[in-house]
Amino acid sequence: MWRSALTVALAFVAGAAAGAKGDPARGEKLYVRCAACHALAYDRVGPRHCGLIGRKAGSIADFDYSPAMKKSGIVWTANTLDRFLADPPRLVRGTTMTYAGISDPKERKDLIAYLERNTASAECPKAK
Amino acid sequence: MSSFLTIANPDAARRMFLGRSGLLLSGAAVALLAGRDVLAAKSGGAAASDARILNTALGAELEAIAAYQVGAESGLLQKPVLDLAVQFQGHHKAHADLLAKTVQKLGGKPVLAKRKYEFPVEALKNQADVLQFAAKLEQGAVSAYLGAVPLFGNRDLSKAAASILGDEAMHWAILRNALGENPVPDAFMA
Repeated sequence: MWRSALTVALAFVAGAAAGAKGDPARGEKLYVRCAACHALAYDRVGPRHCGLIGRKAGSIADFDYSPAMKKSGIVWTANTLDRFLADPPRLVRGTTMTYAGISDPKERKDLIAYLERNTASAECPKAK
Repeated sequence: MSSFLTIANPDAARRMFLGRSGLLLSGAAVALLAGRDVLAAKSGGAAASDARILNTALGAELEAIAAYQVGAESGLLQKPVLDLAVQFQGHHKAHADLLAKTVQKLGGKPVLAKRKYEFPVEALKNQADVLQFAAKLEQGAVSAYLGAVPLFGNRDLSKAAASILGDEAMHWAILRNALGENPVPDAFMA
């Protein structure tokens, strides 16, 4: 009995952890929404995403950011990305990322899981 | 799924493509904003914000024009697909022209095309690669306009952006169809 209870408890914890982490495979599918302006490895209308996690917002030297993004003081982490992606113009007033945001928390979590995995991947040899 | 790419006769393929897609871009989108010189006065304090949204869209349209140029000059596209790419590029030019004029009406400065764009040209080996690349850009454009529509202070601009969104969605569907994929995979765009 104790063994089965322990199994159930472990399964619950494992499930909760998986949920907390987000699903990068689903996030990859969501990333196509970003594809009008962003790519992993090079700058487009928006800056490249390689090296994003831990990077200070507005800090790629040769990219033309909005003054608002340069002054934001944000460092990109799972937490700050979650807040930004929920409503970019609200968090950074004056940003040129004029996108209403992703309202579904699970979708944001999955997208961030993909970014965490792939912005430090082999596709990012020149990441700064 | 049948594709006009599988038809040997280019004229027949073109007729099939045009017949299926109804791609003639309505003049309504252009009429939404052309000649509306009172736009800036109406928009008031929201004008700068609206101009910023339009400028982001303009930057993406200018990149799309360059991307289709790369595709057209790649030597990888055969007729009628080449004609299709040139036609879609023409739509993006029309969008960019309208967006630039509207940014000016709102008192903003339209962004200019970059001197150089980076595209994954090394990954484009055949016609399907080019179509896949273009389809991803068009799908992204649909999402971008969808994300912009609710942000405008001026509802006429939301309507115009939605009109452009519809055009980008048609591009995406036709490109998917050309690749032999389900042209409209979902009931909703995201």
